[in-house]
Amino acid sequence: MTGEQIIFLLVALFTLGSGFMVVTTGNLVHAALWLVSTLFGVAVTYALLNATFLAVVQVVVYIGAIAILFIFAVMLTRKDMRDQGPQMNRNWWVGALLAALTFVGLFFLLQGWSGLSTTAADIPIGFDSISELGNALVSPDAYVLPFEVASVLLVAALVGAVYVAFNRK
Amino acid sequence: MVPISWYLIFAALLFSMGLFGVLSRRNAVAILLGIELMLNAVNINLAAFWRYGDVAQMAGQVFAIIVFAVAAAEVAVGLALVISVYRRRNTVVADEIDMMKW
Repeated sequence: MTGEQIIFLLVALFTLGSGFMVVTTGNLVHAALWLVSTLFGVAVTYALLNATFLAVVQVVVYIGAIAILFIFAVMLTRKDMRDQGPQMNRNWWVGALLAALTFVGLFFLLQGWSGLSTTAADIPIGFDSISELGNALVSPDAYVLPFEVASVLLVAALVGAVYVAFNRK
Repeated sequence: MVPISWYLIFAALLFSMGLFGVLSRRNAVAILLGIELMLNAVNINLAAFWRYGDVAQMAGQVFAIIVFAVAAAEVAVGLALVISVYRRRNTVVADEIDMMKW
């Protein structure tokens, strides 16, 4: 086992453990904080995959914005659910069964794929993935249209969010 | 080197965990937390396929960035809805939010 594999396994264990706490812990503020730790583990995974820009965006957008939004929402809607009975609904075992079945299905799907043991080729010398990514995002023969559509979606969603949450009195 | 199957199985586990959260939590905010886990699992897959395929093809990273944007939009609208419902019904339990139930 090489050092890279050990690092990957440690990061994956950390991320999956935090993810498990996100879906099972009773206190929602704690769940949101466990989400921060899960997202950080995913950011480290991106760094292991040489996707440096994604790692930075993960920290800035997910941890810096989305997780904080979650914490705000939990605190704004808090009525201390711990006192009102269980956090899981009555059919939680159906959810657990479906999740396990999904994993088993994905696992068997992966078993049949021939490229499963592919290892990554070395990144060519002088290859700058960030400048390639920037070019791909604004080049007309690459992904400028999805990029602009995503911007419009974001603006529409934010305006809609302000409208929905606005307190009319 | 780490084979791609490790990343894919890791992402599948994270996705299943998120699915479990979405299906079994009662609190609407906790359901959104589960959705975040699922979106992150998808993003890990996209980044892994970019790295293990042809790195000069940026499609994987571009799609991952679009998933980031969609996740931000989804969280903003979802939490706004939760806060709005909380203001009217004073609850965030998904079972009790049944105004649209026929």
